[in-house]
Amino acid sequence: MLLGLWLARDVKGVRAVMVAGSTALLVLAGYLTVTFLGDRAAGATDEMLYTASLNWFEPLHIKYSVGVDGISVAMLLLSAIIVFTGTFASWQLKPLTKEYFLWFTLLSLGVFGFFISVDMFAMFMFYEIALIPMYLLIGVWGSGKKEYAAMKLTLMLMGGSAFLMCGIFGIFYGAGGQTMNIVEIANHTGGAHAIDFAQQCIWFPLTFIGFGVLGALFPFHTWSPDGHASAPTAVSMLHAGVLMKLGGYGCFRIAMYLMPEATHELGWIFLILTGISVVYGAFSACVQTDLKYINAYSSVSHCGLVLFAILMLNQTSCTGAVLQMLSHGLMTALFFALIGMIYGRTHTRDIRELNGLMRIMPFLSVGYILAGLANLGLPGFSGFIAEMTIFVGSFQNADTFHRVLTIAACCSIVITAVYILRVVGKILYGTCTNEHHLQLTDATWDERFSVICLILAVAALGMAPLWVSDMINTGVAPIVDHIHATSHTVSTCNPFN
Amino acid sequence: MDYSQFLYMHAELSLLAVILILFVADLVMCPDKKSGKGVYNTCLPVVLLTLHTVLNFLPCAESQSCEAFGGMYVYTPMMTVMKTVLNVGTLIVCLMAHKWLSREENLVKQGEFYLLVLFTLLGMYFMISSGHFLMFFIGLELASVPMTALVAFDKKRRESAEAGAKFILLALFSSALLLYGISLIYGASGTLYFDEIGAQLDGSLLSIFGLVLFITGLGFKISLVPFHLWTADTYEGAPTVVTGFLSVISKGAAAFVLLTILMKCFAQSELFYSWNTGMYWIIVASITVANLFAIRQNNLKRFMAFSAISQAGYLVLAIMDGTAQGMTALVFYLLVYMVSNLGAFAVMTSIEENSGKILISDYDGLYQTNPKLAFLMTLCLFSLAGIPPFAGFFSKFFVFMAAFKAGYPLLVFIALVNTVISLYYYLLIVKAMYIKQSDSPIAPFRSDAYTRLALVLSILGVIVFGIGGVFYNYIEGFSYGL
Repeated sequence: MLLGLWLARDVKGVRAVMVAGSTALLVLAGYLTVTFLGDRAAGATDEMLYTASLNWFEPLHIKYSVGVDGISVAMLLLSAIIVFTGTFASWQLKPLTKEYFLWFTLLSLGVFGFFISVDMFAMFMFYEIALIPMYLLIGVWGSGKKEYAAMKLTLMLMGGSAFLMCGIFGIFYGAGGQTMNIVEIANHTGGAHAIDFAQQCIWFPLTFIGFGVLGALFPFHTWSPDGHASAPTAVSMLHAGVLMKLGGYGCFRIAMYLMPEATHELGWIFLILTGISVVYGAFSACVQTDLKYINAYSSVSHCGLVLFAILMLNQTSCTGAVLQMLSHGLMTALFFALIGMIYGRTHTRDIRELNGLMRIMPFLSVGYILAGLANLGLPGFSGFIAEMTIFVGSFQNADTFHRVLTIAACCSIVITAVYILRVVGKILYGTCTNEHHLQLTDATWDERFSVICLILAVAALGMAPLWVSDMINTGVAPIVDHIHATSHTVSTCNPFN
Repeated sequence: MDYSQFLYMHAELSLLAVILILFVADLVMCPDKKSGKGVYNTCLPVVLLTLHTVLNFLPCAESQSCEAFGGMYVYTPMMTVMKTVLNVGTLIVCLMAHKWLSREENLVKQGEFYLLVLFTLLGMYFMISSGHFLMFFIGLELASVPMTALVAFDKKRRESAEAGAKFILLALFSSALLLYGISLIYGASGTLYFDEIGAQLDGSLLSIFGLVLFITGLGFKISLVPFHLWTADTYEGAPTVVTGFLSVISKGAAAFVLLTILMKCFAQSELFYSWNTGMYWIIVASITVANLFAIRQNNLKRFMAFSAISQAGYLVLAIMDGTAQGMTALVFYLLVYMVSNLGAFAVMTSIEENSGKILISDYDGLYQTNPKLAFLMTLCLFSLAGIPPFAGFFSKFFVFMAAFKAGYPLLVFIALVNTVISLYYYLLIVKAMYIKQSDSPIAPFRSDAYTRLALVLSILGVIVFGIGGVFYNYIEGFSYGL
């Protein structure tokens, strides 16, 4: 069924087909969620459901295996929503429409494939499939310093995948070179100790950095602002909304799940780095003047929070991390969609040149305020739920080191409020000084549709988070249990302990 | 004498038959100079070569390894696979040569081109199937000399003649080194049969010296750094079709032979260590130096030359793992590299023939005028850079996996970092085609049927070889290791 899910994406770049394809995708993802919840409720307790496996490169023990757990279902749902709304957001894209959607589809194919794979090889392959269309999408259809941004983004992410590939080989041969299947490696003979501890300490950082580059881990985040700022609207949406989640998902599913001891041993280094991401991203967002840069740095901060939460290594914080992925994905997509629409009208994203937009385009402005409020964690929206869960989870770690970091990260919420309110106040209220802007019109139907869908999703997640978090819980629990099942739980090299 | 031994050589014999038929056909069907039309066309060689490829490939599955002529000639199913890979490559080269050969000044030389190409191929066959250093050397020379004629094929163009001169001088030089190496090995072991050498060599200084010279000699052929200096000039000067042939076929055959001989003759622990260390640094140098130089090129053929050097580095990476997995990775890599590279060369040839342009800056805005060619070129470049879902990703992955398994994680890491560099310069061309605008873009044109067939074959390979796991599994079925 999941195979059909992405085979359905094999569409030509005509709008009608694109809409049909993305709707089908959304429906399928929704159907998958419902059946998944039904099966879980009916008592299916396997770690992965709907698994299918196909021998691919037999001599190398590479199989094409798919399957989903609670986390990946949530991610698939998120991707489907964003692809769906992204299609509408790029409705009016003019030159080379067909090619645009072709690469866009390839990108989403990579994303879907990544989330359904349980085989490291297939996962890595889809990861790279998702990266390369970015180059052309940004390079051809982007704006601003697009060539530079596209090249920087592609090379940095590919550099990350170089680390990652090394890490994958390390895990594969470290675990005996018998299988590439993630679940099988984790439950390998000898349990958690399949990979030698000394080896884990080499491969864990490589894998974590490899995925971390995509998850905008400080100091490997610099591609993100440039890339997001130059990308066309729908690509920014998909990229910030979904692609950056690949990083967090991969860190959790491969780096930490398969190398629990090294996670305990070296996790603190990355915890500090992600802490820096969170705070630094928020501060950077405060001083930017370009709307997209503000949002890109805010993404760095929020994605940092995802990695931060999974490294806190307990059930609550990890569930929070996945919730944050969902919530941030939706919010950022909403933000980028709105920014793209405003830019499409005013042709500037500089907040010094924009003001008083509330009168001119009320619909977009209201959308922007809602997105902003969700972003700073107002109760009722998804951001609140996610951040709340994360910080509650993080605070459960009783030692000083974790507590201090948690408090530092909490500060980012305040900083977020600063930059969001600053932007909202600056560009939406006041009087419009630019005469040209007075002639502008509000959103068209396709834009409204896309924005409303996203706002509904954000609100739904905020109002009724329990079913999602329960679903995620079923996915997170075995992984966290597995990480804790090791005897080596205290880091010997952490100077702060 | 047992004449049935000749049957083992069916591949060579049938190729010889093809050559003879073409030879006669060339005599009978001379081109009509007055009307300017070539009677002798591309069709005949292509059909014959296809027939030859298929006929030799089919019985491959059930055949057994055997020796003929007292061990001079060796046959294993793996060699048939290798020869088939070369056959397919040559076929694509012949297809894409059509347009170039239809030029007026080349019309009379059409027959020569095919004969030279096929003789080169025959030389490689003998090289691959040799069981004795003498046989190996004869094969090597048979492959080199016609190759020189091919490089200098455009004899009225000065660059082509210059490239030919450079090529023959360096080919001779490397042959001399190789011969010296072989003689030292003979001195150390007292035999030239591959099977016997292994037991005789003891890791003495003499044998190590012979080994080094041997690797140097083949290093010239594969164009590994630091033996690569002839590559860029020769590639640039040679006709584009020949460059394609040179960069894939001759390199691939040499790399395969290097692997088999290293495995057969120098597998003892002391020698194994010394060539492994040597290869380690050669690979690091090849990949890194070539990648850095490639960034600065503007002539597409020079660019491909450096790209080919770095690809050769990846190719021999598989040699580091002397097991069956390494051999499979090598042959598979070669197969994929062949289709990707020839695909790119087919695009380049067709553009050169139609517009005479060969600089990267000429490719600016190609997507606006010739979207299909630009798209195919992009696929081939992505495959060369190792981007999924194209075959290049799979072959690179397997080569790295083999080297990693052999215990060289650092080497794999260096190679991986280099793939990022290589991605940069491959993307430069993609950027030129898609993003940049040009005042005088290449005018739209339709390529001829043969070029299209070549393109279709290559692109099919680029797409299918990776995703279809059967190809890799099939090759794996025949490979053997230390």
